[in-house]
Amino acid sequence: MIDRALRIVLPVFALALGVLAWDLIVRFREIPPYVLPSPGVVFATLFSDWSILGGSLATTLLTTLQGFLLALIGGVGLAVLFNQSKLAEYSFYPYAVILQVTPVVAIAPLLLVYLPQPAAVLACAWIVAFFPVLSNTTLGLNSVDRNLVDLFRLYGASRWQILRYLKLPAALPFILGGMRIAAGLALIGAVMAEIAAGSAGAGSGLAFRIAESGYRLNIPRMFAALLLLSAAGVVIFFTLSLLSHLVLRRWHESALQTES
Amino acid sequence: MASGAGGTQQTTGHGDPAKGLPPGVIAALRGVGKTFPSGVVAVSGLDLDIRDGEFVALLGTSGCGKSTALRMLAGLVPPSRGTISWQDRKNPGALSFVFQEPTLMPWATVAANVRLPLKLLGRNDDIVAPRIEQTLQHVGLDGFAQAYPRELSGGMQMRVSIARALVTDPKLLLMDEPFAALDEITRFKLNNDLLVLWQDLCKTVVFVTHSVFESVYLAQRIVVMTPRPGRVFEEITIDAPYPRDESFRTSAEYAALCRRVSQALAAAKVEAAS
Repeated sequence: MIDRALRIVLPVFALALGVLAWDLIVRFREIPPYVLPSPGVVFATLFSDWSILGGSLATTLLTTLQGFLLALIGGVGLAVLFNQSKLAEYSFYPYAVILQVTPVVAIAPLLLVYLPQPAAVLACAWIVAFFPVLSNTTLGLNSVDRNLVDLFRLYGASRWQILRYLKLPAALPFILGGMRIAAGLALIGAVMAEIAAGSAGAGSGLAFRIAESGYRLNIPRMFAALLLLSAAGVVIFFTLSLLSHLVLRRWHESALQTES
Repeated sequence: MASGAGGTQQTTGHGDPAKGLPPGVIAALRGVGKTFPSGVVAVSGLDLDIRDGEFVALLGTSGCGKSTALRMLAGLVPPSRGTISWQDRKNPGALSFVFQEPTLMPWATVAANVRLPLKLLGRNDDIVAPRIEQTLQHVGLDGFAQAYPRELSGGMQMRVSIARALVTDPKLLLMDEPFAALDEITRFKLNNDLLVLWQDLCKTVVFVTHSVFESVYLAQRIVVMTPRPGRVFEEITIDAPYPRDESFRTSAEYAALCRRVSQALAAAKVEAAS
């Protein structure tokens, strides 16, 4: 119990200390807000500019969510296809790897040439997010108890039955692990694409606001937008951790309470 | 796994089920051999009859091919040579297999695990729910239907595994060292319960074990196998009457039988080495 309380209290305390130090340094060194705004100014900007920042947050979150869901569908779908057909796996897996190892910032400008900007941003979010889902799901589908496969065969189970009742449930913890990584990466992909598109000027996501505020030397708004991005990332991470816990808590080792 | 997704019925090397089985015999292995792709000869020239309703133990040292023989009988591994005939091959629910580990689906409740064979065989009628309840009662697990496997002890997990094997009301029950990983008290208890089940439900049981004591306690007939390659060294009939219980386990007769079987097992080892 004390350990749990410390896990919450200590980071909050460290954060408060950091913000206080930040505030004191800005105050005593009399640093102007266009170089380093004080925490109070950042918070004030967050509220005063909410009409702009709130809309941008919604845009970025929507892109992230869409990219994440497409990555989930694409990653699990491809993994199942590769698992069922060696032919498909040998043909296409190398290209999935190539897509993954090529930095998305390098692909983004090209995508922006060929696609309308929202679609290009979404494509970037998808590209970075789908690979962890694909590779984790593949690992999960291949981590099935061999004896259980034998048992299914003994009762004449079809490929579909083995997939539906054995392989997919066995892969679920791996898929959830992949989802947790993918959701964070979808946000990063969306932000990178928005930055790359930023000079084009048509966007309105949070990363675009950061780039735009930078050009205008509106440093407090840059900080406020950055704060919102971090908060979005944290919320996404905890949402998926909670989902993973709720789904696995009855049976999987990773979600069990430690007995002490 | 050497065989592909062929399914049990199409496994090569299985004889025509209609011909060649003497009366009273429900399954037979004739000159069966198995050589793995690595070149290891696991089984060679194995002849074995399984008679209707009997409790037969396959006894041998570790790695003597007894598990491979059992898996071939189940149709999970195709034999390299010889024929395996099995009366009820066309009926997938007529044969069940209990593995060394409980082999349960950790994400499913006890009831869902026991239900699995019925689901795979496409039986979804009104009989399923009472059938699961009844089977859980047989193995002494009533009240645990909604528990998850990880919430149960090793012995209870094995009971779930046995319940799952019994739920289709099979004719032949194949057991591959099912109690080897359990502590002695739990194993004795499960031995007793298995004998009661066998007598009540009139199944044919083929029980693979490396324990002389377990085989003598359980079986009517012990098939002693030689290691590398595995084949039948000697068949010993244990004609002690059933029901066998703790008084049999401590009797002089049991001790004498164990000595006799131990000597056969030692001789099988010597023959294989020479």
